Amino acid sequence: MNFDSGDVSWLLVSSALVMLMVPGVALFYGGLVRRKNVVSTMMMSFAPLGAIGLLWVLYGYSLSFGSDQAGFIGGLDFVALNHVGQSSSLVYATTVPHLAFMVFQAMFAVITVALISGAVIGRVKFSAFMLFSVLWFTIVYCPVAHWVWGDGGWLSRLGVLDFAGGAVVHINSGMSALALAMLLGPRKGFPDEAMEPSNVPIVLLGAGLLWFGWFGFNGGSALTSGGLASNAFVATNISAAAATLTWMLISWVHRRPTLIGAATGAVAGLVAVTPAAGFVSPIMGIPIGAVAALVCYYCMSLRMRRRIDESLDVWAVHGMGGIWGALATGIFANVAVNDTGISGAIYGNTAQVARQIVGILAVGGYSFGVTRLLGTFIERTIGLRVRQDEETVGLDISQHGERAHGGIVT
Amino acid sequence: MKKIEAIIREEKLDAVRSALESLSYMGMTISEVNGRGKEGALVLQWRVGDYKVHFQPKLKIEVVILDEDVPEVLRAIVDNARTGEKGDGKVFVLPVENAVRVRTGDDGEDAI
Repeated sequence: MNFDSGDVSWLLVSSALVMLMVPGVALFYGGLVRRKNVVSTMMMSFAPLGAIGLLWVLYGYSLSFGSDQAGFIGGLDFVALNHVGQSSSLVYATTVPHLAFMVFQAMFAVITVALISGAVIGRVKFSAFMLFSVLWFTIVYCPVAHWVWGDGGWLSRLGVLDFAGGAVVHINSGMSALALAMLLGPRKGFPDEAMEPSNVPIVLLGAGLLWFGWFGFNGGSALTSGGLASNAFVATNISAAAATLTWMLISWVHRRPTLIGAATGAVAGLVAVTPAAGFVSPIMGIPIGAVAALVCYYCMSLRMRRRIDESLDVWAVHGMGGIWGALATGIFANVAVNDTGISGAIYGNTAQVARQIVGILAVGGYSFGVTRLLGTFIERTIGLRVRQDEETVGLDISQHGERAHGGIVT
Repeated sequence: MKKIEAIIREEKLDAVRSALESLSYMGMTISEVNGRGKEGALVLQWRVGDYKVHFQPKLKIEVVILDEDVPEVLRAIVDNARTGEKGDGKVFVLPVENAVRVRTGDDGEDAI
């Protein structure tokens, strides 16, 4: 077998980088919530590494990347890693072992589920979130991953561009987050009571790990280790920088430049460049990131005005940031950057924007609608929400019997 | 003996501590507390917009002093903790039954 050792190394390292984003999300979310819900919030980010990590190898990879079934879902040929071994796949990432491609994709499934948890912190039953995770992963994540990335997936055949998961990861998690938060209702006291972040430095540590891991997320999505990976890597950094600066300036105009604002801006820029990183010139990261910060900031503010407790703004940042990224890909894509891509509107191909809109509507509509059904099903069976006294005392104690910070001295 | 409980602005700690030292009161206990008086809520920023925290962070100084020193100590604290704005804090004077120094077992006024 003639593997490219650079490609293999980069993809394995990238898989590890994306894995590190999961505790990154846990820290980012954990720092933003009130101190009685820190453990519970971090647990909902971390638990998918267990559950989804297993389901992915058992059947998720097969449903996503198995032989195409009518453009909608993968077949069962890769169940329990059957035919997934040291030799390369015949279709995907042919310069690396099939196992390396499989594990890289595993981390995307894990983090997408972890992201949704930001919508429901402080009031969802842990058992309900775990049941939701399993069902959502099976019925929403796997098909959507197949549509966009699977060989023969209908959005892929249509020519929808999604380099590293703007639709699969971000629009998908963001729209589901909104649906689930609306079903669950607001936390007790929202929006009148102050919901003070428990630990701002921890928010920054989480955002820092996300930024770091995102080099693997986007750079690794080249599936090779040459110019395209470098293009994606640099575009990612430029967009994150532009969005960090923009959010900081918006916050400064409002009153003072806040650290959690800058950290949130970074995430918004990283989200928006995700579908574009390997299709656009790196310098296009500037408009992509700057507009992402404006879009996400405005959507967050709109969400607050509508008094919807989508608590950690998964919709505003990942959903709307992802939608902007999908559109931006249709606008700025350049076939000279990536010959497997298509040029976008600024190179005269306005039809690509229309294709991207189809992708947005299909993924966003499917994830919102199916999440609503799944949430309703769980509400009517085991129940979605903790009892009021459990919510008041905090989910750390009521769901996990732990607290984030121990007692005095001893 | 009297116990003084002074709730003051965090930034006034150094001035109040030196004033107490100059009256030879070296021993004191401080704690970070949250409370409110007439100054209203503290406005902090979220990712977008603001939120209000109803209790402002303050420091509480506890010091036990001799009865005859009360007027002088009160003046020292008040003069050094005041800015003239709402939120300067309050000082409470409480009677103390007894005190014991743990190291020597001395009690009463010898212990403070």
